[in-house]
Amino acid sequence: MSAPGRDTERIKWHCRRGLLELDLVLQRFVDRHLDTLSDVQTDVFKELLAYEDNDLLDMVMGRAEPVNGDLSAVLELMRSA
Amino acid sequence: MGNTRNIPRRQFDAVVVGAGGSGLRAALQLAESNLKVAVLSKVFPTRSHTVAAQGGVSASLGNEEPDNWHWHMYDTVKGSDYLGDQDAIEFMCRKACDAVVELEHYGMPFDRLDNGKIYQRPFGGHTSNYGERAIKRACAAADRTGHAMLHTLYQRNVRARTQFFVEWMALDLICNQQGDVLGVVALEMETGEVMILQAKATLLATGGAGRIYSASTNAFINTGDGLGMAARAGIPLEDMEFWQFHPTGVAGAGVLITEGVRGEGGFLLNKNGERFMERYAPTVKDLASRDVVARAMATEIKEGRGAGKDGEYILLKLDHLGGDVIDKRLPGIREIAKKFANVDPATDPIPVVPTCHYQMGGVPTNVQGQAIMPDGRGGEKIVKGLYAAGECACVSVHGANRLGTNSLLDLLVFGKSAGQQVVKDIAADVASMPELPADAADKTMARLARLDSATTGERVNDVGAEMRRTMQAHCGVFRFPDSMAEGVKKMLAVAERAKSTFIQDKSKVFNTARVEALELDNLVEVALSTMISANARQESRGAHDRSDFPNRDDVNWMKHSLWFKEGNRLEYKPVQLKPLTVESFEPKARVY
Repeated sequence: MSAPGRDTERIKWHCRRGLLELDLVLQRFVDRHLDTLSDVQTDVFKELLAYEDNDLLDMVMGRAEPVNGDLSAVLELMRSA
Repeated sequence: MGNTRNIPRRQFDAVVVGAGGSGLRAALQLAESNLKVAVLSKVFPTRSHTVAAQGGVSASLGNEEPDNWHWHMYDTVKGSDYLGDQDAIEFMCRKACDAVVELEHYGMPFDRLDNGKIYQRPFGGHTSNYGERAIKRACAAADRTGHAMLHTLYQRNVRARTQFFVEWMALDLICNQQGDVLGVVALEMETGEVMILQAKATLLATGGAGRIYSASTNAFINTGDGLGMAARAGIPLEDMEFWQFHPTGVAGAGVLITEGVRGEGGFLLNKNGERFMERYAPTVKDLASRDVVARAMATEIKEGRGAGKDGEYILLKLDHLGGDVIDKRLPGIREIAKKFANVDPATDPIPVVPTCHYQMGGVPTNVQGQAIMPDGRGGEKIVKGLYAAGECACVSVHGANRLGTNSLLDLLVFGKSAGQQVVKDIAADVASMPELPADAADKTMARLARLDSATTGERVNDVGAEMRRTMQAHCGVFRFPDSMAEGVKKMLAVAERAKSTFIQDKSKVFNTARVEALELDNLVEVALSTMISANARQESRGAHDRSDFPNRDDVNWMKHSLWFKEGNRLEYKPVQLKPLTVESFEPKARVY
């Protein structure tokens, strides 16, 4: 199930970042996966988006792992997007 | 007309548009002076593009070796290719040490020497004793200087109770008959509602607009909103032909591939597999300076020898180094290439193009951050109520070419200076809030109404793509006269098309399509100003590099361009060669 109503739009805007690398990765992720994320996955994605840019980029590039292991599955989707 | 009274209105002493480094530094000055400040930002402040600055901030602290501000000033003047205003450059270089120390006191986690002082490292173009040898002048927080700076300034603003309007987009300046600026009309993204933020001072700190190019290192938010607002309000944009490019960004993405790749033995190929740098720089080949490499790449592409379906890129080959050497000497490059170019450089070349990085031009200001423009009688006047700082301003310390690490210094020094001037101006002008004209928001509301009602027209993405392609092909790192003339025509057509954009999504709440349409309006102003200013400047200086006028022309062109939206008109104003207290640095050939 996709994020209800305008929440999808809000998430899309939160994919606008200070780092171009994240803009690019998140744009691909949104195009490929956002519509098919489960509610749980959507919440995890929002949690990932709450990270600071450089920390999130480190995770996306595989230079760091999230402290919270529950984030791993969605992070893997982002890494392969 | 005159429906302003129906629009919600709030009053502030000052409105700051943009919450990157310069906006936050200015806002801090205002909030600590107990003014009522609103800071508008499209994204959460610590996600501003300042976060991408890695190199450092320069100051002649002399912690590593003797240094002084006058050497820094010389380097900056020379780096600007003598288009920088020497009064502004003296102002900035003299204040650099205080700006860095102040930031340190705010809690900025600078790297340190064993003796506890701030560590400094060398950076391109920074020298001791007027060009004698490289000097360690850049202060950094690992490779996260911009990130650390944003966080430090944001925390300080929270402490000072600055009021943030996050996910708000400023749309237009409000002006009265005299051209005084009285605040902004802004859009709250969450509700889609429009509000008037009336203010005694409006400070633009919206950063650069590198998204006018298809190859850009800039984040998507860098759409020149402040420049578009200024241009629509009749304020000229200064020196917009000057954009700094990096030779090797990933084609189609913009992510930079470090020059270290060529240092380690990687080289560039055209579509015929020819190592073309041997023709342009027979001795140093791919290790020639940035501008030589970028010019050669642009020439190969222009002459039809680019690789790719449309011949639009150059190939950076490094597979001959072997995977092990690449991993050891160029850590991270394989991951970047795989993720953003979809190639493994251990087996395939990386498609690269010269990539836009930094905007030297912007809203013309003096060193106090006050917006200035021609008064129509041969002089200059201050635009009452309007200020600008950082990459969106042109003060001009970077002239035709910015020296590395001076961008972070610029936003600290002039963010503070603009803030101080606002405090002073508000204290001096005891009058209450100036009256808003009845039609304060009419133009903005008409623009929104058109967008909300149009059911057919141009797609925002199509017009944006055409703009980016046009700018990349016709006004890139190396500029050809025939191509620029064609580019002017194409950009005028793009600007026409941009007037009839339409969006499918008509909802109000978090309508990102609407925001992107409004951003495009701003980008188009910037692209047009760049194209027209570049076409007119018949010389090569700093980042403006023309095939038909290969040399700097100090007799005819040592002057700043001023582009006016109305009529796409250009005026010029002299470069300020006279510093504040010292002798001028006379123009010399810029060789390193």
